[in-house]
Amino acid sequence: MKSFFNKQHQKLIADPMGDQNPITIQVLGICSALAITTQLENALVMTLAVIFVMTSASSIISILRNHIPNRIRIIVQLLVVASLVALVDQILKAFLPDASEQLSVFIGLIITNCIIMGRLEAFAMGNKLWDSFLDALGNAFGYGWILVAVAFVRELFGSGKLMGYEVPGFSYLYELGYMNNNLMILPPMALIVVGLIIWMQRSRNNDLIEEN
Amino acid sequence: MKLMHNILKKIKPHFEKEGALSALYPAYDAFETFLFVPNHTSQSGTHIRDSVDLKRTMVIVIIALLPCLFFGMWNTGYQYHLQLASAGLQSIEDYNFWDHFFFGFWKFMPLVIVSYVVGLSVEFAFAVNRKHQVNEGYLVTGMLIPLTMPIDVPLWMLALSVIFAVVIGKEVFGGTGMNILNPALTARAFIFFAYPTKMSGDKVWVHSADKIDGVSGETALGQLASLVDIDPNDETVISKISEFSSDGAYSLSNSFLGIIPGSVGETSVIAIMIGAAILLFTGVGSFRIMASMFIGGLSMAYVFNLVAPDTNLFMSLDPIHQLCIGSFLFGMVFMATDPVSAAQTNKGKIIYGFLCGVLSVLIRVFNPAYPEGVMVAILFMNVMAPLIDHYVVEANIKKRLKRLKVDE
Repeated sequence: MKSFFNKQHQKLIADPMGDQNPITIQVLGICSALAITTQLENALVMTLAVIFVMTSASSIISILRNHIPNRIRIIVQLLVVASLVALVDQILKAFLPDASEQLSVFIGLIITNCIIMGRLEAFAMGNKLWDSFLDALGNAFGYGWILVAVAFVRELFGSGKLMGYEVPGFSYLYELGYMNNNLMILPPMALIVVGLIIWMQRSRNNDLIEEN
Repeated sequence: MKLMHNILKKIKPHFEKEGALSALYPAYDAFETFLFVPNHTSQSGTHIRDSVDLKRTMVIVIIALLPCLFFGMWNTGYQYHLQLASAGLQSIEDYNFWDHFFFGFWKFMPLVIVSYVVGLSVEFAFAVNRKHQVNEGYLVTGMLIPLTMPIDVPLWMLALSVIFAVVIGKEVFGGTGMNILNPALTARAFIFFAYPTKMSGDKVWVHSADKIDGVSGETALGQLASLVDIDPNDETVISKISEFSSDGAYSLSNSFLGIIPGSVGETSVIAIMIGAAILLFTGVGSFRIMASMFIGGLSMAYVFNLVAPDTNLFMSLDPIHQLCIGSFLFGMVFMATDPVSAAQTNKGKIIYGFLCGVLSVLIRVFNPAYPEGVMVAILFMNVMAPLIDHYVVEANIKKRLKRLKVDE
């Protein structure tokens, strides 16, 4: 009998965090990664929302996978994701109104996040519940840690804060003539920061570099 | 020189294969070839014997930049002393030519040194890491970057923008010759968007203008940007407009000579024209790009003249005057002609230059947030250049295919 958490299960979690990362390797879900990473708090809320939506959607689709007619499977997937996103949206509006206002349409746009649909279509439609759940969890975390890393850099250098609080040492730096980098808050810098992460990842692991 | 040669010869074995310091061979190679003519010969295949290589080309551009450099130094001192005089602190007659020049020299040299030290360190680091030769691409960029900066720019910002330009603008694409964007403009764009308070406004263009009350060190473009939506009968507006007439501070002759506030290298049309002459005479700069960009800017300015309403002085400014202020000509001669990031085909160069000129004037007139439209326009056209080339080549192929069919 297979164990509850064997090597294969570990791989499902670990791969998307590293060499199969949805953002840096598959380059999916870039839009939200660029849009909401000016502040660490927004990135964390977004990550939590995506983790919830992805794991739930994958589990539900995995349970239903043998009953979904092949011809309308995309519509069913979309329906599941959309209802979950609506749920998240309402919860955020009720309990985190500030974050909800700042994230505005991007919570709604989780529906179109390519990572979610991609995992549903490629994995949850053909695998058991527990496997699908772990796969979704791994991919959501893979998406999340990039988001948090980018937001950390952008908020720290762009507005000199973290989670909305002033960083203690910065007041001395300001006196020395240090200034916040406005470019960090503008969208191009998100692309460049993601690019630098991709660069680091590829120079550590040569297998990722495509042959010309 | 002989001493240097002997030292280099002596330490060479350490850097060659199996030497203790072989990892640093690119650094050694860079120094050796910089100081002496190398005795390398081609190992295989046919090759052309020519004394022109990348290093000579770069040196010619540096020589062409020298008039701008020296004039910029003088103008830095002159503008500072003029500002003291207009604040009533000192008279301009207290200073002679050399006072102006050396004041500017001491203010400007730190920028040049920081630009070269930081930029070359990054280049060396990449060369050693990737085990290729350090090439001379940075020599010109390192000089262009400080020339496009306001004199008071903090050195750490300059260093940061240089690192950004060399790493993101050049090395990620594969180094010199592979870059899509002009690295010097990348540096300027970076610092412009990252630290706008240090790169625009009326207090950055003259040394320590922010410490003296009541004086304006506004550039001509900044002044014009405030004259876009005006009441032509207003007193302050009339006094501002008079500054652009023949005896005002931003008159055509002042703009032509370059005794106006601005980035260090951009102000003097005469200095830029000497540089352009050197580039054209030696064949280093492209005549097609310069001429078509000039015509592009000029025709756009004429079009604005025709449609300008009374309330917009920026649009109704004389076309020649329009091109003499700001960094239009500096960008045209030294930035747009960058052989790597510009279009490659002859027809493409003309289209590229023309659009550079049109966009420069268009952006500077219609977007008051970016009075320096030249930078944005050239960067944009850098991105478009491969597309232009593609269509020029395709058109040529089509034309020749047609000829083929006729022959059949």
